[in-house]
Amino acid sequence: MAGALINAPERAKRGEIIEIKTLISHPMETGYRRNQSGVRVERDIVRLFVCSYNGTEVFRAELHPAIAANPFIVFSTIATESGALAFQWTGDNGFSVTESHAITVD
Amino acid sequence: MAPRWGLGAVMVLIVAAAAVAGEIPRAERRSGYEFMSRDTRAMQDDDTANPAMLWVLEGEALWKAKAGAAGRACADCHGDARTTMKGVAARHPAFDPARGRPINLEQRIMACRVDRQEAPPLAYESRELLALAAFVALQSRGLPIDVTVEARMQPFVDAGGATFHRRQGQLNLSCSQCHDDHWGRKLAGNVVPQAHPTGYPLYRLEWQGLGSLQRRLRGCLTGIRAAPYEYGVPELVDLELYLMSRAAGMKMDAPAVRP
Repeated sequence: MAGALINAPERAKRGEIIEIKTLISHPMETGYRRNQSGVRVERDIVRLFVCSYNGTEVFRAELHPAIAANPFIVFSTIATESGALAFQWTGDNGFSVTESHAITVD
Repeated sequence: MAPRWGLGAVMVLIVAAAAVAGEIPRAERRSGYEFMSRDTRAMQDDDTANPAMLWVLEGEALWKAKAGAAGRACADCHGDARTTMKGVAARHPAFDPARGRPINLEQRIMACRVDRQEAPPLAYESRELLALAAFVALQSRGLPIDVTVEARMQPFVDAGGATFHRRQGQLNLSCSQCHDDHWGRKLAGNVVPQAHPTGYPLYRLEWQGLGSLQRRLRGCLTGIRAAPYEYGVPELVDLELYLMSRAAGMKMDAPAVRP
């Protein structure tokens, strides 16, 4: 069961730098480990995280096998206008989670 | 003439010394949180940085979801967990009259699930069971640990205490030798904590996931090269009960983060 937690301000002043914290539930299996019978465990990681602000991409991160389970990504952007922040995580085995966060800018 | 009572006096002294070394004074008790680095503390303090909250989120959904042949959700009987489950985790393990012995929080949830919801039992350490336990435990955050130690519970507390003080495994160590006598010192670069179960189930960075107190205890047993008890056996529940009574009055910080 995939879940995500977003912590971003609901209101901000125009031009203000806002911090956005995201946490996604994911095992981040590296693909380098072997199980008890010596068989390699298939890689299963989040490959890409993208945040768009009213359709404009403001942050993008590529993830790799060395990143711990349940990736926690924090970044900042400038509050320009009211609207929605859209978050998307995509990864191996068709993993895809989207979340959205409304923000009012005055 | 002196040697005869001299030996007795020495033995009394040894016994007295052992009794003193065996207990951490109340004022010196510290949660594992206080031994953590600033970064790990920050992770626990911020609910959006604490990965255990992902399980809480899932637990909240399970709380409201109907399950089993009875078609009932936890919420159908217990209502809003924020009020009805307040302090419940701080009181477990608690006496279960049906079994005539204490059961822990996971076993309480499971008993409800099997008897009232008529749903198949969940496996120990399964994501669903941990999620429900984390959601229930969150409602006790900030409350003091308050297990009831009454006459019918005493034998089980004593049994847990005996396990805590019994040397076992190939390394021939007891729990108390590390956690009573050497807390605050280092074991392979890690600080030895006092073993107060204030934050379970908790997110352990080493596990990269949420785990119960029993998982932690089994890890310790493997560490001293003893055969770990199976999940849910009376020995582990008694040990949990002893640890909770030993930490009575300390504040719950579940679901916690630990290194």
